[in-house]
Amino acid sequence: MSPEKLIRALRAIVGERYLLVEPEDVIVYEQDGSIFQVMPEIVVLPGDVEQVVAVIKAAKEANVAIVPRGSGTGLAGGAVPAEGGIVLSMARLDRILKIDLDNQIAIVEPGVINIDITKAVAKDGFFYAPDPSSQAACSIGGNVANNSGGPHTLAYGVTTNHVLGVEVVLDDGAVVWLGGETPDSPGYDLCGVFVGSEGTLGIVTKVVVRLMRARESVRTLLAIFDRMDCATQTVVDITAAGIIPAALEMMDRTTIEAIERGAPAGFPRDAEAVLLVEVEGLNQHTERSIELAGEICRRNSAREVKLAKDEAERERLWKGRKGAFGAMGALAPNYYVQDGVVPRSQLPEMMRRIAAISKEFNLRIANVFHAGDGNLHPNILFDMRTPGELDRVIEAGAATLRACVELGGSITGEHGIGLEKKAYIGLLFNEADLAAMARVRRVLDPDGRFNPAKLFPTPVSCGEIRLQPATIPAGLWI
Amino acid sequence: MFRVPGRKLETRDPKPETDIRSPLEHTHPSRDSGNHPKIATLDLPELYQCVHCGLCLDQCPTYRATRLEPESPRGRIHLVKAAADGRIELNDRFKEHIYLCLLCRACESACPSGVQYGRIAEAAREQLGPPGSAFGRALLSFVFTQLLPYRRRLRLVFALLRLYQKSALQRVMRWLLPQNLREMDALLPAIPARFFTPSANSLSPVGACRAKVAMLDGCVMPLLFGAVNAATLHVLQRNGCEVIFPKNQTCCGALNLHNGETVAAKQMARRNIDAFLDIDADAVIVNSAGCGAAMKEYGYLLRDDPAYRDKAEQFSARVKDAGEFLADLGLLGKLGPVEMTVTYQDPCHLAHGQRIRDQPRQLLHAIPGLKLVEMDGADRCCGSAGIYNLTHSAMSQQLLDEKMSAIDATHAGAVVAPNPGCMLQLRSGARRSGAELEVYHLMDLLERAYRAAE
Repeated sequence: MSPEKLIRALRAIVGERYLLVEPEDVIVYEQDGSIFQVMPEIVVLPGDVEQVVAVIKAAKEANVAIVPRGSGTGLAGGAVPAEGGIVLSMARLDRILKIDLDNQIAIVEPGVINIDITKAVAKDGFFYAPDPSSQAACSIGGNVANNSGGPHTLAYGVTTNHVLGVEVVLDDGAVVWLGGETPDSPGYDLCGVFVGSEGTLGIVTKVVVRLMRARESVRTLLAIFDRMDCATQTVVDITAAGIIPAALEMMDRTTIEAIERGAPAGFPRDAEAVLLVEVEGLNQHTERSIELAGEICRRNSAREVKLAKDEAERERLWKGRKGAFGAMGALAPNYYVQDGVVPRSQLPEMMRRIAAISKEFNLRIANVFHAGDGNLHPNILFDMRTPGELDRVIEAGAATLRACVELGGSITGEHGIGLEKKAYIGLLFNEADLAAMARVRRVLDPDGRFNPAKLFPTPVSCGEIRLQPATIPAGLWI
Repeated sequence: MFRVPGRKLETRDPKPETDIRSPLEHTHPSRDSGNHPKIATLDLPELYQCVHCGLCLDQCPTYRATRLEPESPRGRIHLVKAAADGRIELNDRFKEHIYLCLLCRACESACPSGVQYGRIAEAAREQLGPPGSAFGRALLSFVFTQLLPYRRRLRLVFALLRLYQKSALQRVMRWLLPQNLREMDALLPAIPARFFTPSANSLSPVGACRAKVAMLDGCVMPLLFGAVNAATLHVLQRNGCEVIFPKNQTCCGALNLHNGETVAAKQMARRNIDAFLDIDADAVIVNSAGCGAAMKEYGYLLRDDPAYRDKAEQFSARVKDAGEFLADLGLLGKLGPVEMTVTYQDPCHLAHGQRIRDQPRQLLHAIPGLKLVEMDGADRCCGSAGIYNLTHSAMSQQLLDEKMSAIDATHAGAVVAPNPGCMLQLRSGARRSGAELEVYHLMDLLERAYRAAE
């Protein structure tokens, strides 16, 4: 099938409006929330499952790569079409199909925005637990692809713990259900295989998510520290005391500066670090836990411990925290976020190492992280326009990941591998591990057309499938 | 045995030392990669504040309606950046994306980095010129440069329109006009029998003087909403304000700026600055959200004008929305009951443009007997957006339909929207859906409450 024929076929499937090939349209899809850019040749936005099936069949016939995209908020380049081809935007599949409160599930399409599930059931006292910082914009499909976490991962787990089943379209256009509306489907846990597969196995078209009951009470505390060491030690002590917070977040001085410059949330700009501690549960439990957590903060020389006095204040604090990545733009034009993990007990040492790396490479690093589970997000701030700076950024990033591994941790927590970390996945898995994963991939995506050049360390070489419609100036390729 | 078609997926043990560069092999192309001319005037610092996080997407009315990223704030910023770098052309397609934006600036409220998207969009529009067909552009240019700056001409045009409405001509034209013009004709509100003209240039306060304020009369406000101007004036007087209407004032220029016309807009800004700074008032009071936002940004508009830069900053610092000013001053005098259930529509240029959300609600709560019920998405654009309902009527109607159902769900008998554009749009929505819905300006209700106590 020629490129022109493919475009005609896709246009017939989704209609003129939802098939994009002009540079002034497709260029917008060259990037997600990360710093990677590759232009797709075609962007297609199907409106229902039948259209998804037809698009996949056409792409198979033309032997063209397909890269699924939700809201494009990912931080690892997962939605960037590394080898060009078709970007399959799932944004129009945005319906909540069913809410079953008795059985605490909802069936949603992949383009539904994460927070909209909670909004739909909040009045009945339910919520959807995984809450990535981008939850006001990110889609459930993207969450499934990346097995996304969030601040409340500490208490509730990640996306895979909240997805009971998925409807997927396979590479030949077959529509299948993996898992279902009840937990523990017999047979292979293929739903589990799809969660976190980063769009490399097929296209998810429906998701059965678990709904949780809202807790009787939530208490949130902001602890302000003049020394980073004291803040990190507090994290170690809180968990050692047997308190399991719903969330335990830390932000350093640079991150606070970014938030307060970008969209102020009322964090003290002169603090070295702040901790956001949240506990949930029955009234008596939360009262006692938050009191204890406050005591531990003070014992570690917290300058101030403030309880959020109402829901509005709590929301303001979280809005600040969840906007932290986006706020980096207030400090520098570009940031490169790492997603390392260290054992909690190593947090104080890790922070010292990051400070040393920042000094060594002469780069500002803003730290914001899920302290409770040792998941770090050092944001290296830079300006792509400064010659040579990107090289230093890459070296500094590698140095932080090496430090994580040296301290007994891992190189990734929750952002997915995407393009960004595929070179490092070998640090986590050996050849046999990776070969096993590649075999699974080969069964479900024999042509390697679903989101190629992601996840695995060696990019699939598929120059031959790249389409170059005449409408796209050759100079735009990188 | 299985045969695996296509390419083989290989795995190998990567060597971090040598592969360390690969994660960033797909970062931004060099800034020289474009094959169109670079556009220095579009290379704004605001572009580099956007880190592409996407938190603006779901707050953008046009993205919500289309689910297309070129119709989102992040997408448009990306387009402007690409155009500045010479990677894409400033063609019609580009222009469509830039002009489908309502300039509601909801994205600015959502942006964690504080990107001032409005500045980016206005710069792009300045580069592109007004929207529409050749005829449409000529008509807009005429309105922007020959009508809006001249109050007498504007009055004359509205007087003629009033005549047209009163005569049988409008009814005849309804049959004769082509479909699209007929729709425009239907959008034209009934022009009141009297235009607003203050009885003197300076009006004294009721009781002791608490503040001396200068008030913007406005371009269409005195012609279409004379009663709102009168209400604003009375409420200010009742609150101890000496109110001055500077003689030489003119339209604020917001419509020009939003539609790519900046030459006349800057002249209007300079004229207003001279007219208002001449009077040593404590505040410049504006009862139209769009005008208030524009006037608060004169400092930015005239940043490259050495003669006016400082004066513009000084002027902008004095500009206050009427609701903002009164809530901060504290209401004086007795308010009588206004028995009614209302919902409040945040005008975009009040909530997003000026970050004013609480003050109008505080004032509504101060009125005895009045019950405020919040609607879903109160700060989402109603689709009016200046002349957007004329230039992009399909999108405008879609957003209005959504807005009308949100209002309907509150079961309120009235909606309060302190901005003329929103008021016109909501009234047309109510007419179309046949809903029994009153549309008020905040000042209408305050004045009514004061009267009820008399």
